[in-house]
Amino acid sequence: MTVTHSPAPGAVWRRGRWSLLVHRRSVAVGLTLFGLVVAVGLISLAVGDYPISVPDTVRTLLGNGSVDTDYVIFEERLPRLLTALAAGAAFGASGALFQSLTRNPLGSPDIIGFTAGASTGALAAFLLVGTTLQFVATGAIIGGLASAVVVYGLAYRRGTTSYRLVLIGVAVQLLLLSTNTFLLMRADVLDAQSASWWLVGSLNGRDYGYAAIAGAAVVLLLPIALLLHRRCLMLELGDTSARTLGVPVERSRLAVATVGVGLAAGATASVGPIAFVALAAPQLARRLTTATGPGVLPAALMGALLLSVSDLIAQHGLGEDQAPVGVVSSCLGGAYLIWMLSRTRQGG
Amino acid sequence: MTNGHTDLSGSGLTLGYDRRIVSRDLDVSIPPGSFTVIIGPNACGKSTLLKALSGILTPEAGTVVLDGKELSSYPAKALARRLGLLPQTAVAPDAITVVDLVSRGRYPYQRMLRQWSAEDEQAVAEAMAATGVTDLADRPVDELSGGQRQRVWLAMVLAQQTPLLLLDEPTTFLDIAHQIDVLDLCAELHEQGGRTLVAVLHDLNHAARYATHLIVMSKGAIVAEGNPSDVLTEQLVTDVFGLQCQVIDDPETGTPMVIPARRRARSRELALDTRVAS
Repeated sequence: MTVTHSPAPGAVWRRGRWSLLVHRRSVAVGLTLFGLVVAVGLISLAVGDYPISVPDTVRTLLGNGSVDTDYVIFEERLPRLLTALAAGAAFGASGALFQSLTRNPLGSPDIIGFTAGASTGALAAFLLVGTTLQFVATGAIIGGLASAVVVYGLAYRRGTTSYRLVLIGVAVQLLLLSTNTFLLMRADVLDAQSASWWLVGSLNGRDYGYAAIAGAAVVLLLPIALLLHRRCLMLELGDTSARTLGVPVERSRLAVATVGVGLAAGATASVGPIAFVALAAPQLARRLTTATGPGVLPAALMGALLLSVSDLIAQHGLGEDQAPVGVVSSCLGGAYLIWMLSRTRQGG
Repeated sequence: MTNGHTDLSGSGLTLGYDRRIVSRDLDVSIPPGSFTVIIGPNACGKSTLLKALSGILTPEAGTVVLDGKELSSYPAKALARRLGLLPQTAVAPDAITVVDLVSRGRYPYQRMLRQWSAEDEQAVAEAMAATGVTDLADRPVDELSGGQRQRVWLAMVLAQQTPLLLLDEPTTFLDIAHQIDVLDLCAELHEQGGRTLVAVLHDLNHAARYATHLIVMSKGAIVAEGNPSDVLTEQLVTDVFGLQCQVIDDPETGTPMVIPARRRARSRELALDTRVAS
């Protein structure tokens, strides 16, 4: 094994014919974020109406808990935490892929209509077909893919410019949001009430079934996203350069977009269209890593951290009342968006 | 890498965007080992031809052939190991460093588990040395001057180690010193590396000075080609660019040098023209 230093855009590991290139800061940031996620996770499992000490929490997780702590952690708190972590990671990774693809911080699935599409699909399934999880999840995935096809179809004109894609995405998003309102108005009152709670984005009452949907998206699609990482790096050079450097541009873009929509749809199916995690997580991660490219893994970890912290605040930080996590993440994300836009204008 | 010459030609090319046809039934052949420069007035189709030759633009009709095989039949990475293109406008990703950008030129040689070989490292080091950007390695590209940036992009294409290099207006947006700088660098690459270079240029005097083979385009067609001294005549400049001029010997190199006629002389000619026309 040899580690060389220059000139390489990162740390190099080589053995025989194999070699890997690693961005040092991304690794450091990734490990730090992972540590924070673990810490926040432990706190989430420990605090609540039935407080458990952190050592007891760890003991319970390792299988040595009491009947009470087993029940509280495994039946009540862990599924909710796992749902938050998986959905946050899926949103973060999806945002990273689309922001890289559109070369635009606003090109994230919760701005350009894909999350809205998934929520329209889920809502339609919930109100018109059946309220079980399978219908909702299938509806979300179909809705997400359909909205992506529509947005890309409208934006496509011998390749797409990111500006065009974002504008059309925003317009499609508005149409979908009014469709959601329409569906809610037509629905039965009780259905509409539970559906609108879901539409804000909520982690209340999430059991392992919900965790499994977002978890499946992460387990299946995140590895593919990582395999596509190098192509994303090349696509960021622009279509012409990417193509002359041997990247099959259209095919790669389609693959990245499909994986990104799948991640966003999986997360939306399990927790609703939680806003801003997909927008903010990749940007925040990128500021820390200072790396180019999508940075899928740091973005996923940042997404998991953002959503679990937001849920911690939603559950315990607002006094007696519990708020849906979507409200908290919207407040945090909205503030971030305003800050980002105002900075961009100063820069330009 | 750059051993042997590369044979690039197009035949029966019809080129265009959407429904707008730029060139019809164009035949072109790049002499192997040459430094070919394509000139012509704005919108004459020179960049379009370069795009077709590089495989970026698919011809509506006709074929581009590289070393006996149709361009479209090459696998993407295999083509990228033979032919490099410096596009007219290239946008660097935010905050990318020089060494990172130059390293992207190695993509056609890399695989999932072969991300940074010793050859990659050497090619990047050589490309940065050849373009004089070694000292800038860790600087963000967007902080560099226009001249430095163009050198970095050139380094990226050089790291690709292709025997054939296409350059679309490599000197645009550069001041005169940096223009000469980039062209000298191209000439060096041509002479020392044994590469075949094809460049689109605007400046006729630069074209005449650096090209070993000149292609003149007008309205989508090739109207003249050959040695610059034979091709670049007063008559040709008047016909193709609509510019009255003298062509003298460049005092530095002896190549043709275009001196545009004085404004008053040109307006008199113009007046004469309109009188004849009416």
